[in-house]
Amino acid sequence: MTGARGVIIAGAAETDRLGRLPDHSTLQLHVEGALNAVADAGLSLRDIDGIATVSAPGPVQVAHALGITPRWIDGTGVGGTSFLLHVRHAAAAIRAGYARTVLITHGESGRSRVGASRYRMEASSPAGQFEVPYGVFGPTTTFTIPLLRYMKEFGLTHEQLAYVAVAQRRWAAKNPRAAYRDPVTVEDVLASRIVAYPFHLLECCLVTDGGGALVVTSAERAGSFGKPAVHVLGTGESSETPMISQMADFTESAAFRLAGRAAFAEARIGVADVDHLMIYDAFAHVPIYGLEALGFTAKGEAGAFIADGNTEPGGSLPLNTNGGGLSYTHTGMYGMFAIQEGVRQLRGEAAAQVGSPQISVILGNGGMFATAGVLVLGREPG
Amino acid sequence: MTGKPVPVPTPETQPFWDGCAAGELRIQRCADCGRPYFYPRPVCPACGSRNVEWFTASGRATLYSYVITHRPAPGFEDDAPYAIAVVELDEGPRMMTSIAGLPATPEALELDMPLLVRFERRGDVSLPVFGPLEPER
Repeated sequence: MTGARGVIIAGAAETDRLGRLPDHSTLQLHVEGALNAVADAGLSLRDIDGIATVSAPGPVQVAHALGITPRWIDGTGVGGTSFLLHVRHAAAAIRAGYARTVLITHGESGRSRVGASRYRMEASSPAGQFEVPYGVFGPTTTFTIPLLRYMKEFGLTHEQLAYVAVAQRRWAAKNPRAAYRDPVTVEDVLASRIVAYPFHLLECCLVTDGGGALVVTSAERAGSFGKPAVHVLGTGESSETPMISQMADFTESAAFRLAGRAAFAEARIGVADVDHLMIYDAFAHVPIYGLEALGFTAKGEAGAFIADGNTEPGGSLPLNTNGGGLSYTHTGMYGMFAIQEGVRQLRGEAAAQVGSPQISVILGNGGMFATAGVLVLGREPG
Repeated sequence: MTGKPVPVPTPETQPFWDGCAAGELRIQRCADCGRPYFYPRPVCPACGSRNVEWFTASGRATLYSYVITHRPAPGFEDDAPYAIAVVELDEGPRMMTSIAGLPATPEALELDMPLLVRFERRGDVSLPVFGPLEPER
C-alpha cells in the first residue's frame, strides 16, 4: 500500500437543505452535515475517533458539540479546498494508525452569517498593507484580477468565459437541489450586470448557507457500510501565494498544477482515465485554469474546449455536474460540495448521473489561487 | 461612512513606507543573487539569503492586469466604478495599486501600457499609485 491507497470514503452527505437558512448557525450546519454523513455510512458517532474541519468554528468545537473525544485532530484551514486536504491528511493518519474512522465536516452560514466569524484583514498584515488600501473587497475584486492578463495572452473571449456559466447551468437544470436551474444563454450572461470587469454577475458564484461531511476509514472495511465504498486513489496539495498580486504567472496556477501532478502520480492515472471531473468554480475562469493545470487541455485552449460543449451534458468530459458554485451552491468554502458530487457520481446516485464513472477527479481551490487540493477517487480499489 | 483603509507599517516594511513619504519607491533586492523583490521581507525569496538591501526603484511600470469593480469597498463609495490594478515594475516585481489620472474603463486601461508612480496621502502614510507617464494637465 503506497500513497493514499487503502483508504475509502465510507459516508458522505450534505445538510438537508442548502440556500438561505437563517434558522441554522454555522455550528448547526456542521452538526447536521456530520449526523447525515455518519448515518449515510451506517455508523454512530461513537465510531468516530478522528475529526477534521477548518479553523472556525474548528475541530474542538465541532467534536465537542457531537460528543466526540478524538484521538486525532486536523484543523487545516486554507480556504475552500481545506476539506480535500483533510481527506489527504486523514488517509495518512489512518494508514499510520493514528485514527480509524475520521469525520470531516463543513458548515458555513455564508449568506445569512448566523454564528459566523467576521472577516477582517489586519491593517498591519502583508495584504492589509499592500492590497487592502487599494479598495479590494473580497473575492470579486481579487480572485478576478488575473483574467485580463490571460485573455490578452491567449485570446480567451468574453463569450467563451460566459459559456462556462451556460454549460454549468445545463447540469444544474438536471439537479433539483441546485439553486439556479433555468437555462441561460451567452447573451443572458453578458447582459447580467458587471460586478468587476471583465466579470458579470452570472460568472460569479452564489453565496449560500449549507454544509456537508465525510466519513473516511480504512479500505479493509469496505463493504461493511450502508453505501458502496469510494476509494481514495490519489491526493495532492500545494500553496502558491497569500496575495493575488504576487501570483507568479497570472495565466496559470502553480498550486493547481503541483497538487494535480501529485494526485495523478499517486493514483497512477493520466487524464484519459478520468470519467468525471469537478473543478472549484468560485468564478467562471477557475475551471479554465483548472483544466489546463491538470493537463486536460493545452495552455490557452480550455475556454474553447468548454465552449465547444465538451464539458456539458453529452460531452466527453462531464465537469461540475452538480451545477457548480455558479449554479448549485457556494457557501464560501465550496470544496466539500465538489467532493460530495464526486462521491455521488461514483456511487451512481447523482441527480445528473453520467453513466457509471470509474474515476472522478476533484480539484479544490483555496483563497484566491492561494492553495489547492486534488483528489482522485475511484469506484474500485485501483 | 468609513474612511479608506490605512496601512499600518511593521518593522520590516517601515523603510518602504518611509520611502513613500519621501516620494520614492524603495524596494528590496538580494545582495547575493541580485534579484529585486516585493513585498518587503527580511529574506530573499529566490535564494533564501538574509543579505538583502533596500534601493530606490525607477517608479516606472507597465500595467499587468486589473479589474474594474462596480461594488465599492467600505470607504470607496464615491470612487466606484474604480480599477484595482497589478503593475509590473521595470525592475521586475509586481505590486497591487490604484490607477490615477485615467478613466476606469477598458478603453483607457490597456494592458502593458507604461505607467509612473506617484504618491497619495492616506492617513499617516503616503500610498504609491500609478498613472500615465505624462502628468495630467
